[in-house]
Amino acid sequence: MKRFFSRLASNESVAGYVFLLPNFLGFLLFTSLPVLASLVLSFMDWDILTPPKFVGITNFINLFHDKLFWQYVGNTVYLMANIPLCMIGALLVALLMNQKLRGIVIYRTIYFLPSVCSGVAICLLWRWLYNPDFGLINTMLSQVGIQGPDWLSSTAWAKPALMLMGLWGAVGGMNMILYLAALQGVPPELYEAAEIDGANAWQKFKAITLPYLSPTTFFIGIMAVISGFQGGFMSAFIMTGGGPAGSTTTIEYYIYNNAYQWFKMGYAASIAWVLFIVVLLITLFNWRFGGKLVQYN
Amino acid sequence: MSSMQNNEAQVINRAPVRANSDAYIRSRKRKLARERFLKTITHLVLIIGGVSMIIPFLWMLSTSLKEPGAVFTFPPQWIPKPMMWENYARAWKAVPFGRFYLNSIFVAVCVTFGQVFTSSLAAYSFARLHFPGRDKLFLCYLATMMIPGSVTMIPVFILLKTIGWIDTYWALIVPGIFSAYGTFMLRQFFMGLPRDLEDAAKIDGCSLFGIYYRVILPLSLPALATLTTFTFMGSWNSFMWPLIVINSMELKTLPVGLASFQGLYTTDWTLLMAGSIIVLLPVLIVFIFNQRFFVKGIQLGAVKG
Repeated sequence: MKRFFSRLASNESVAGYVFLLPNFLGFLLFTSLPVLASLVLSFMDWDILTPPKFVGITNFINLFHDKLFWQYVGNTVYLMANIPLCMIGALLVALLMNQKLRGIVIYRTIYFLPSVCSGVAICLLWRWLYNPDFGLINTMLSQVGIQGPDWLSSTAWAKPALMLMGLWGAVGGMNMILYLAALQGVPPELYEAAEIDGANAWQKFKAITLPYLSPTTFFIGIMAVISGFQGGFMSAFIMTGGGPAGSTTTIEYYIYNNAYQWFKMGYAASIAWVLFIVVLLITLFNWRFGGKLVQYN
Repeated sequence: MSSMQNNEAQVINRAPVRANSDAYIRSRKRKLARERFLKTITHLVLIIGGVSMIIPFLWMLSTSLKEPGAVFTFPPQWIPKPMMWENYARAWKAVPFGRFYLNSIFVAVCVTFGQVFTSSLAAYSFARLHFPGRDKLFLCYLATMMIPGSVTMIPVFILLKTIGWIDTYWALIVPGIFSAYGTFMLRQFFMGLPRDLEDAAKIDGCSLFGIYYRVILPLSLPALATLTTFTFMGSWNSFMWPLIVINSMELKTLPVGLASFQGLYTTDWTLLMAGSIIVLLPVLIVFIFNQRFFVKGIQLGAVKG
């Protein structure tokens, strides 16, 4: 009997490895080894054509003195100012939709449309909306007597333009749906009790809704910050080409340019690793302090 | 409700309370009126918001049907005269959109199928089978989920270049098949499944693969559907990777194809909008008919993942 069980157990181990194998091979080839390879690469100077040269930490030193890099970090952080706006927008829409309304499915579908369609087509559409002379936005502005800016070709307006587009795509998207689900999880008794105590809508929102939503808010916020550091490539690539004067180039875009346009593989890898470390620090912060900021019930 | 019954009981018993009950009914009426008012306001706000969600799409549709010159009229006309349906034919012929479609579908189907298959196998292994090093390995999987794509992209690009896969379907498909996220999500879901059925199957002499295939997978359809949706959408919208690894026109997927279409017709807005609609239309149709499913999927994906 005992032998039978131990054989079963060892069979199970073999089966465990076999089941894991296909995924694990891919994991090894396309994730874990590449991470190490890019770390090694970040200490190299390599243009793919000639053999790689070991240069120590030169890439990182250059990066530290690279004015463009810091400008692009600034751009990335600037664009991330959109995160709180998108979150507040998503929460507001979720609050509106959390009521028993007729036609709620239609609203939800319409609000969700932009985020389903996210992609090159939407970027093209917005490039046309932002057209300074014949785009919808500036023609509408001119009808109320405002001379609209030259959105995407102005260093001052290009980033806000991208953010507005992001906001349009985000308020009804995934985060709204997550907020909606969280709102539906708030026990109605709490509101009833608060009403009996004479609480007004704002007090109820502050004392009940917000604390209940805090895990969702935290989750959405952290994910948005992490992807924010890595974002902004596609919209800038399609709409502005990273310009004008580099004002919409993000870190991700700079990595792309270095690696695949200029074939400075080592330098690109060092930027990617700096980005990685930033994301890592945020995640660690999240693990360490996340629980304290959030009120789980 | 109970307070209302209480009130009524009092009304029957004693006359003086009637004034109270009138006041109660009045306050109730006021409350109902206020609720109706709030609902109207909510509808109003939602409609205004909804219009601003829709208008860009209408503008896209309207532009796509205009004569090239009509784009530059002021104020803009919303209903173009004449309707230039041939813009769509022109766009369709300008670049091989048909081919882009086939590429996108082929790649997305392969990636999705491969990812759901390898992830569910691995997830079953992590969730149910015991083997040395399992939990440490799982931690490694978890840890890699926060690695930015651009870190691994560079060495993978070099690897594919070395083995000659650049500018082939292999480069589009193979790296996408393996996903730590999919494994993690399914593992969490599998962990929550009741074990009774598996035990029963085991007693009936079902093999481990049989349990995975006949018990676990059928029980996990919601999670599998979520992963399928996300993977398919991710592959369908994927832009940077296909942009990097594909050069030939006939291997481009829709997003990259549309981007190069833009490069060819930079300011021909009627044509660009027609092309964008060609790209968007199937996504819109699929979404509108399955929106409940999308919403459920997001909630499941976030709770479990």
